[in-house]
Amino acid sequence: MSIDIKTAAVEEKRITFDHIARKLGEGKKPNRYQEVVFGQQPEEVFHYRPTWDPERELYDVRRTAIQMQDFEDLLDPRQYYYATYVIQRSRQQESQEKNYSVVEKRGLLDNISDELKENIKKVVVPFRHAEWGANMNNFHISSYGFQTPIASAATMQGMDRLGNAQYLTRIGLILSENDPAILDEAKELWLHDPMWQGLRKVIEDSFVIEDWFELHLLQNYLLDGVFHPLLFQHLENHIVTRGGAAFAMLTELFIDWYAESRRWTDATIKVAIDESDQNSKLMQSWTEKWKPEVVAAAQRIADAVFADQSEEVMRSILDELDDRSRKLGLLN
Amino acid sequence: MPENVFIALQNTPEAQPIIEAIVADNDNAVVNESPGMVKIDCPKRLVLRRETVEEKLGQEFNLQDIHLTLISLSGNIDEDEDEFVLHWDF
Amino acid sequence: MAKNQRRLNLSQKYQLMTRGLDWETTYQPMDKVFPYDKYEGIKITDWDKWQDPFRLTMDAYWKYQAEKERKLYAILDSVVQNNSQQNISDARYLNAVKIWMQGVTPLEYAAFRGFNMLGRGFRGAGARVACQFQAIDEMRHYQTQVHAFAHYNKFFNGFNQHARIRDRAWYLSIPKSYFEDAMTAGPFEFITAISFSFEYVLTNLLFMPFVSGAAHNGDMATTTFGFSAQSDESRHMTLGLEIVKFMLEQHEDNVPIVQEWLDKWFWRGYRLLGLIGTMMDYMLPKKVMSWRQAWEIYWEENGVALFNDLARYGIRMPKHHETATREKYRITHEFWSTIYQFSHATALYTWLPDEEEMDWLCAEYGELFEKLYKPRYEYWRELDARGERFFQKRLPVVCNVCQIPIFHTYPDDPCKNICLVSEYKGTKHQMCSEGCKDIFDREPEKYCQAYIPPQQIYQGNCGGATLEDYRKWLHIRDEDAGEYYGSEDNQLWEKWQAEAARV
Ligand SMILES: [Fe+2]
Ligand SMILES: [Fe+2]
Ligand SMILES: [Zn+2]
Repeated sequence: MSIDIKTAAVEEKRITFDHIARKLGEGKKPNRYQEVVFGQQPEEVFHYRPTWDPERELYDVRRTAIQMQDFEDLLDPRQYYYATYVIQRSRQQESQEKNYSVVEKRGLLDNISDELKENIKKVVVPFRHAEWGANMNNFHISSYGFQTPIASAATMQGMDRLGNAQYLTRIGLILSENDPAILDEAKELWLHDPMWQGLRKVIEDSFVIEDWFELHLLQNYLLDGVFHPLLFQHLENHIVTRGGAAFAMLTELFIDWYAESRRWTDATIKVAIDESDQNSKLMQSWTEKWKPEVVAAAQRIADAVFADQSEEVMRSILDELDDRSRKLGLLN
Repeated sequence: MPENVFIALQNTPEAQPIIEAIVADNDNAVVNESPGMVKIDCPKRLVLRRETVEEKLGQEFNLQDIHLTLISLSGNIDEDEDEFVLHWDF
Repeated sequence: MAKNQRRLNLSQKYQLMTRGLDWETTYQPMDKVFPYDKYEGIKITDWDKWQDPFRLTMDAYWKYQAEKERKLYAILDSVVQNNSQQNISDARYLNAVKIWMQGVTPLEYAAFRGFNMLGRGFRGAGARVACQFQAIDEMRHYQTQVHAFAHYNKFFNGFNQHARIRDRAWYLSIPKSYFEDAMTAGPFEFITAISFSFEYVLTNLLFMPFVSGAAHNGDMATTTFGFSAQSDESRHMTLGLEIVKFMLEQHEDNVPIVQEWLDKWFWRGYRLLGLIGTMMDYMLPKKVMSWRQAWEIYWEENGVALFNDLARYGIRMPKHHETATREKYRITHEFWSTIYQFSHATALYTWLPDEEEMDWLCAEYGELFEKLYKPRYEYWRELDARGERFFQKRLPVVCNVCQIPIFHTYPDDPCKNICLVSEYKGTKHQMCSEGCKDIFDREPEKYCQAYIPPQQIYQGNCGGATLEDYRKWLHIRDEDAGEYYGSEDNQLWEKWQAEAARV
């Protein structure tokens, strides 16, 4: 049985806000992502110059050398706005939580070899500091980035990195059965072990980069593009194939996260490169400037972990990165 | 001299056991209702106890869950697993 | 095989999850990595003393916020499906919502960007993380508000051009200049201004009675995002109180600096909230609480208790608080009278209170209202009846600090208009009050930069020198502005009421 309920149609006077209509063209309905990323950043009538940057306006297009007709083109292909973002992350974290508690309760990491435990202690756990650095860098991008699409996506990316750092902390604590000494030892390595100093230096150098797009390229493209495959693909594989299958349950989320976040990174870089030759040259020059340092930093870690297979691992990572760069137009 | 701390919660079924627990644990609490919300004032110190909420609720309760219904508050906060306390120290 | 592990409680878990994540940089000097957190003169000797009372980890944050968002969007969707805009008390009410979208939502956006800067800028990791949570919360607030208002925009005027008038309209310079003042200051002043003075001390006056008012007036969308945002706000307020106490505890030299900021931002916030008080007193067809009463509860009771608590650090009550309290009987009436006369230069409608509302105002405000403001409204009603609805021909003179039209009166004489002048580098600057004049005189270099809309208009920088030109420049049509009765919103509402009556 069906009941036919007739509701009087309520006539709509307009479809959307004026600035959205100007953007999408008359008669087009925006989705919720478009509704919140277009037209929100103030454009004019700035009352006071920032005391922390008196040469520029509060929102100023000159905080990067990249030039765009419209910085609102730097869209996020995932179309994340706050609600879709937190709902997606809470779903992922719920299933991830199950993995963590299974490994924890069943003691699945207990029986792996000492050598693999050392890998986790000396490579995986110290990397929490690198994720923390990525958190800072993305908050630089979200602070000084021009227009809402980049600012909002970088904010979420920044929060993700805090989440990543906390997940890495948990891996350490599972291994140490909540003994915090494992974190302190990892920090010692991060601060003093030669193996980590290449990466720590690049990251500290990145902290003083002012150009937010350069920082985006360095952090979210180059550093992530080398280190995430190194740790969560090659090192993970190394551990899993040597009897540490449970480790994969702990790092699954990093693989998924990286696959997802690089869609955003690639899309934003591609749009800027396609915009002009000038942008393209600038990005290539940034890549040339930073890539050798990033690769050398990774090499040190690869050498320590993979010994004679280190060349092969690095080659595979760089081949993939180069492929990706060619597709984006970063590499000819 | 004004000395109240307060907590304000959404007037929803989920907040009901929390409100009841506060009233039970704070003799001087005064409950003010307005549309959609409940504001509870108390001189100097107000405590919300997990155990009391659990009694009213008949289930386990995580104190962090008050963030789902909390609207506002005033007072220095001390929060741990078992208690959420608002206080002025003068 | 189940294991017996050390169980962690909330605070231990939080401690460990963030334990030592940050480090002293050595390849780059710390002062270069954090270039902005010293120039204001605030001395921090030990950032590790910073305690986050809520101890949120990312997993808990995602979980709670997702739950809030699921609930919120379920209601926003149902508002659309059921055309709940027809269930509000009266279409006049929507003008309060328009002020929100035009003036308050941009503040949420500004808070989002401002807290991003602090989330990168503070040297202490704990404070930085707290600011990051607030940054993304504020992003949530502006977004949920845009989504909620998108539906009202389909039917009513005054929402569609918000992105343009947010920057350009004279009356929206009040909130805009307020936040830009904070954002262009250093990080410690920003957080004192926003988290403490605005969120802790004053937003209770904004959110609690106003959102409760939305509930009372049948506006489900605003009620829901309002209370849901407010649940984040209690975290923000606590951050504000914690950071102020932290600065005061870290070094005695910080005390006079913080005191000056508290003085400045109390007054600036109070002035801004006059606009909100006016919404409460005049724009809610069903009243919840008058501005006077809200002021008594949230300032005279709760705000003063807070300052009593801070006294042990050597902090006194903010300057000019007596004036603010004395003005509680008049500020909203002076404000409404002003908007009433100038609403043809806004994207709002205004009207005169009806008999019942006049009685309520008399009851809430007593003798002063009856003597001063009621006769004024009655006079305008007569003009209106003769077909001469009263509008001013020129834009008002505005205060060079708070940007509010200078309609204010002397604290001890509500019949005498006040206008104070400071001269700086050969130019005269007008202020609405001792409070604003103090602020100007302390930082003249800053406030002489302010963009003063009426001056700009008469100089022809806003599309032309007449009000007509100006309105065109703002993309405000005749139909979007002025008197409510007879307006498009009013006609639509009457039509819906008639249809509902027929069913
Ligand atoms: Fe907010
Ligand atoms: Fe807030
Ligand atoms: Zn003023």
